[in-house]
Parts: sequence; C-alpha cells; structure tokens
Amino acid sequence: MRNAFAKEITKLGVKNKKIILLSGDIGNRLFDEFKKKCKEQFYNCGVAENNMVGVAAGLAKQGFIPYVYTITPFLVARSYEQIKLDVCYQNLNVKIIGTGAGLSYSRLGTTHHSLDDISLMKNIPNMNVVCPGDPIEVTELTRQISLIKKPFYLRLGKKGELTINRKNKIKINKINKINTGKNIAIIAIGNMLGVGNELRIKLLNKKLDASLYSMHTVMPLNIHELKKTLKKYKTIFFLEEHYYESGVIKEILYTLKDDLKNKKIIYEKIAKKFYTGLGEQDQARKYLKLTADNFYKKLQID
Amino acid sequence: MDEKIKSSIELSKQIRKDALYLSYLKRTAHLGSSLSCADILAYFYEFLISKKNKNIFILSKGHAASSLYSALYRKKFISKREFMSYCSEGSKFEEHPSPKISGVECATGSLGHGLPFGCGMALANKINKNNYKTVVLISDGECNEGTTWESAMFASAQNLKNLTLVVDYNKWQATGRSEEIMRIKPLDKKFRAFGWDTIVVNGHNINELNIAFKKKNKKPKVIVANTIKGSGIKSMEDDNNWHYRSPNKDELTEFLKQI
Repeated sequence: MRNAFAKEITKLGVKNKKIILLSGDIGNRLFDEFKKKCKEQFYNCGVAENNMVGVAAGLAKQGFIPYVYTITPFLVARSYEQIKLDVCYQNLNVKIIGTGAGLSYSRLGTTHHSLDDISLMKNIPNMNVVCPGDPIEVTELTRQISLIKKPFYLRLGKKGELTINRKNKIKINKINKINTGKNIAIIAIGNMLGVGNELRIKLLNKKLDASLYSMHTVMPLNIHELKKTLKKYKTIFFLEEHYYESGVIKEILYTLKDDLKNKKIIYEKIAKKFYTGLGEQDQARKYLKLTADNFYKKLQID
Repeated sequence: MDEKIKSSIELSKQIRKDALYLSYLKRTAHLGSSLSCADILAYFYEFLISKKNKNIFILSKGHAASSLYSALYRKKFISKREFMSYCSEGSKFEEHPSPKISGVECATGSLGHGLPFGCGMALANKINKNNYKTVVLISDGECNEGTTWESAMFASAQNLKNLTLVVDYNKWQATGRSEEIMRIKPLDKKFRAFGWDTIVVNGHNINELNIAFKKKNKKPKVIVANTIKGSGIKSMEDDNNWHYRSPNKDELTEFLKQI
C-alpha cells in the first residue's frame, strides 16, 4: 500500500502544484521519485509531528493541499489536538496519511501498533476516514480525496499487500463489491481485505459462494447502503483490525441491530489492551484469531 | 513624533480601557496577560495588519483575546455589536479566539498552536513568492510547549525570513514565575542558538518595536519583548493575581482614570 501511495502522490503532485507532501522523517527512498519530480513540493518536517500538522493546517489555510505522512500512532495519537483544532475545527483541506494500520507493524512493538486510530479520527467533527484494502484502492482513494476540500484520514497498511480488486469501480463513500456470491457476505474493513479474500476462496473450495465487499469509507459510514447490501444475505462476516470496543464492527452491529437480527453474524472481538510479543503481522493475526481458518471454523461451530 | 506612533499609543490606551471594561463586564480572567501585550497589539494594528494588506497576525496566546477583540473592533474588522457581544450567549467572541471571527486565522487558547500554524502560512507565502509577512505573538509561558521549539527548528531549517515571532516576555505564567517553573533564560540566546535573528526590546515602547520590526533580517526573526504583566495599571503591574482576577466597579473606575 505504501508504494501505491508514493506512486499516486507523485502522479498527483506533477499535475497539481498545490499538492504538498510533508513527511515526519520517514519513507526513506519511498518518495525519491516525488522528490525528483516535485522538488519544491516536498518537506521533511523532521521528527516533530505536532509542528508538522500545524504547518499543514497553515498551508491549507493558504490554499495548498498538504498530505502529511508518517507512522499512524505518531500522527493520530500524538498530534490528536493539532488534527482536532488546527485542521478539523476549520474544516481545512489536510490529508492525514497514517502508515501501519492495525498490526501492520506488529513486530516493531506496542509503540507502533494502531488499533485505536479509526475511533480517534472518526471522533473528530469534520474528519473523514478512509481505509483502503489493497494497493488499487490506495491509488484510487489517494486521488479521490485530493478532489474533496475536506480533512481526511487515510489509513494505509505497509508494503506487499496482495491486490484483490480487479476491474470494479472504486468510489469514495460507496461500499466496494469485489465478488458476487450467494447467501454469504464478507465485509472487510481496510487492511483486512486480504484475509477476506482468503476466506472467500476457502469457502468456495467448500462449495460456499460468498460475496466479498471492501468497506473502505468508515466516516461517514454509509449505513443506508450497507443496510440495503446486507439484506439478501443469511450469513455475514465482519473483518476489522481495530479494537472492537471503539471500532466500526460494533457501530454497525448497534446501528443495524434490527436488520441483522435473524442473520448469522461472525466476527472477532479484539480486546482493548496493550499487546506485546505478537511477532509478524501474520502471527499477530493468528493470536487474535483474525485468520480465514478461524472465521471458517466459526461458521462451522455456530 | 511620527503620526503612526502617536496613533499606536492612542490605540494602546483604547485597548487597555476595552480590556478592563470587558473583564469587569463579564468577570473574565487573564486581564494581566491582555494588558501586557496591549502596546504590541496596538503596534501591529497600526503598522502591519489591515484589511487592505495580506499580512497575517496570529495571537497564539489566545487568553489575551479581550485585547485582540478591542484592536479588531477599533480597526473595523468587527462591528460594535460583535464586540459588545463578548462572552454572551450565542456570541462567537469567547474568552479565547475562534477562527470563525473575521481577522482570526486559527483557533488559539490551547497553547503552542499558533506558531506551527503561522509557520505553515509563512511557508505558503514563501512558496507563492509574495512579500506578505506572518507575525505570531506568543507568551513566555508558551515557551514551555514543545511545539514552540519544534517550530523554531523548522522555521530555521526552511529559512522563513517572512516570519516574525514576538514573545510577550512578562516573566509570569498562570501560577508562578516563568523562570522558576520552566527554565526560560536566556530566551534570546536560545532562539539565536536555534538559528533565528534575535532582538530584545521594551515591549511597551512603540518606537523600539518599530525599529525591531523594520530591521532587515536574514533568518526568521524573534522579538523578545520585555513586558510587565498588568502593564498600565499601577496596582496590577507585576502582580500575578490578575491572571485570574477581574476588577469590581470601584476598581474599574479607578483603573480607567490611570490610563
């Protein structure tokens, strides 16, 4: 996802001189192409995230479109007040780009985990939250948010995520249908799309045809569309790499409780606690039961 | 004496009167802080900031809002009705400034936000290659905030020559002496070490402020303005009780006479 972002922001930067990329001393070599082609539009703001967000707000006030990039918790948690007061209070056109969604940086330790970011960002008035599920969605959504004069939080994973999308149309605020199946729906939020696809294939091997959806826009949550979409399914999986307590799944289950009453709903609750020693993201997902195997098992048990 | 200096002195008196009146009227705090920067604000609004130019001013020490509102009112950025709505129900003129107000660039009140925001606006002007100036006023208490020093390094690295920072150095913060709470001295040398052009002035002397502002700079400029908290009212000067107190009717009458 990181590479897809770097490629797209370079494309956008070349076309639009108002686009400014601010980095918190990160992305070594990642932005070489951007720096080459958009030399005047790149600023390494150092390891000083609060100043960086304030600077971005000041730039946006003067008509620029700043993209602020660093590791998620150092932006959304450390610079929460700057995002809230400097950016969102005035509804300024700043794009907060966090890399390392959920447990993408699991092995880097607790300091680098990001299991609370969606809730922090969607809690701020005027903020929009977009969680792409694969590199194609990153490309599309990086471009689309540049066209909307509002604050956005774009939740990126790391590098090497599989491409799941094919030729389907990706549109901000719209649930992205990737596969059409019967009776079963898999709703993947953000970087869980890969696991969602694995689950879809696993089910298919067992002669169960599931639809796969990527729910990338979570703020505002298009609850009306979700309600309509889910109507025809008897079994629904929800996949999210975020604390359950403050996450999107809980919000959906609460908001649509009457609509989902007679359906089989399958999901995992990530407990709100500090995790250490989780290993690589794959191992972390095993520990937290965020695997296609586990979701399939749950279907059989229930 | 230069006409503009004369009118700045007049404006500073008006600001002091207005700040006293508002504090009395709504029993609001931070009067000492509003008075310590009255001359600085008067200078800004006579010499630098007007509806006709695109210079930018950010009152980062948002708790001095009453003085700011006075300047905005006296220089016709806001109406009398707006000014008089201070701290009333439904009014956007609260104890700390909101960006919804004409002439206010960003939300201040939480300290340490104005300078980074100002750096962004100055950077934008630098990219746009125009001559507009960005001026940010912070308090000495605000130098406790990490962002002040993050911005100091950033402005220096980006060589934001179009940025001027003024520190209202009244030696007090909310609950005690600035120097005792967080070691602030030597403030000018600190900024110099961070790569800024540094000038120390008497923050109540318009002439000195003017010379400092006009002085050519090769780096971002900081003016360390030595001020007295509660300046202009004898019994309030250097008495930190007036960080939170507001005058009663008799005090107001007596104080207004002193200006």
